[in-house]
Amino acid sequence: MSQIWIIMIVVGLLTYLTRLSFILLLERWQPPQIVTSALRYVPVAVLTAIIVPELVVVDNGLDFSLGNARLLAGLIATLVAWRTKSALWTIAAGLAAFFLLNAWLV
Amino acid sequence: MGADTINAIKRKEFLNGFRDELPILLGVAPFGMIYGVLATGAGLSNLDSQAMSSVIFAGSAQFMLVQLLNLGMPTIMMILTGFIINLRHALYSASVAPYTRHLSPLWKLLLSYLLVDEAYAVVVMHYKQPNDNGYRHWYFLGAGITLWSCWQLSTAAGIFLGAQVPADWGLDFTLALTFIALAVPAIDDRPSLLAALSAGVTAVLARNLPYKLGLMAAALVGILVGLWSEKK
Repeated sequence: MSQIWIIMIVVGLLTYLTRLSFILLLERWQPPQIVTSALRYVPVAVLTAIIVPELVVVDNGLDFSLGNARLLAGLIATLVAWRTKSALWTIAAGLAAFFLLNAWLV
Repeated sequence: MGADTINAIKRKEFLNGFRDELPILLGVAPFGMIYGVLATGAGLSNLDSQAMSSVIFAGSAQFMLVQLLNLGMPTIMMILTGFIINLRHALYSASVAPYTRHLSPLWKLLLSYLLVDEAYAVVVMHYKQPNDNGYRHWYFLGAGITLWSCWQLSTAAGIFLGAQVPADWGLDFTLALTFIALAVPAIDDRPSLLAALSAGVTAVLARNLPYKLGLMAAALVGILVGLWSEKK
């Protein structure tokens, strides 16, 4: 079997088992209150941990300048998401800002 | 309740899941296309590139893997990296588990396969709403299948358009936009805001940890800060 298929199958299986883990385990195990409270923060913590480096890290350095189109477009998208709570408007505004800024900054 | 009523509820849940997932696809589709372009660009066959989208079905891990493939990283290290990037799904699993408890094993096996970032974030918002009709897993299924189909189709589009989609347009940025659209509405009080900020800062500071461990570290810091802020 080629290298890519070994990687694909092993990572795919591990990922699936990770996704299945607590859904299956929780049949027998009732988590304590503190765990239930902690889980409330999973979506925001994980998603922001992915978002922020995508916006500010450029070539492994930090770029907080106005020349960073990802950062500016990301901030605009955040503002739109906060005001409208609409996924469609957020993504559309972020994309439009990103392309305009790229065209303008180049 | 009669069988007709139950079927009507199931259908409504399924369609609501589909409807709520739809706007997210605007961000997912370009990301899927870029994955397809990068995968074939990294030397994967069309079949292998497409297969990865259904076997792994996790955008950021697939993205990372095809980039590492270009660097010629050893197999075991690539597997480890893919596994650790996807560890966050254990948190998702724990988070929806209380709601899926009553389901049959078959449903659990199926929904687990669909428990991907962009489906999870939509589904967990639905589960948090107070009125439970007992059929909210149909919503999960609707949202999950919608996302899955979009991911497969956009991968295929990327594979076939290939070099016609310039990778330097930065279309992979749509992943960040999608996550912003999902995360910001979920920030609704001080603890969740602090959780988000601390996770973001930690992710940046820990970005050079091996095997992308920084992501899990950041998630855990965010969760702990949220808890701490709640207790104060």
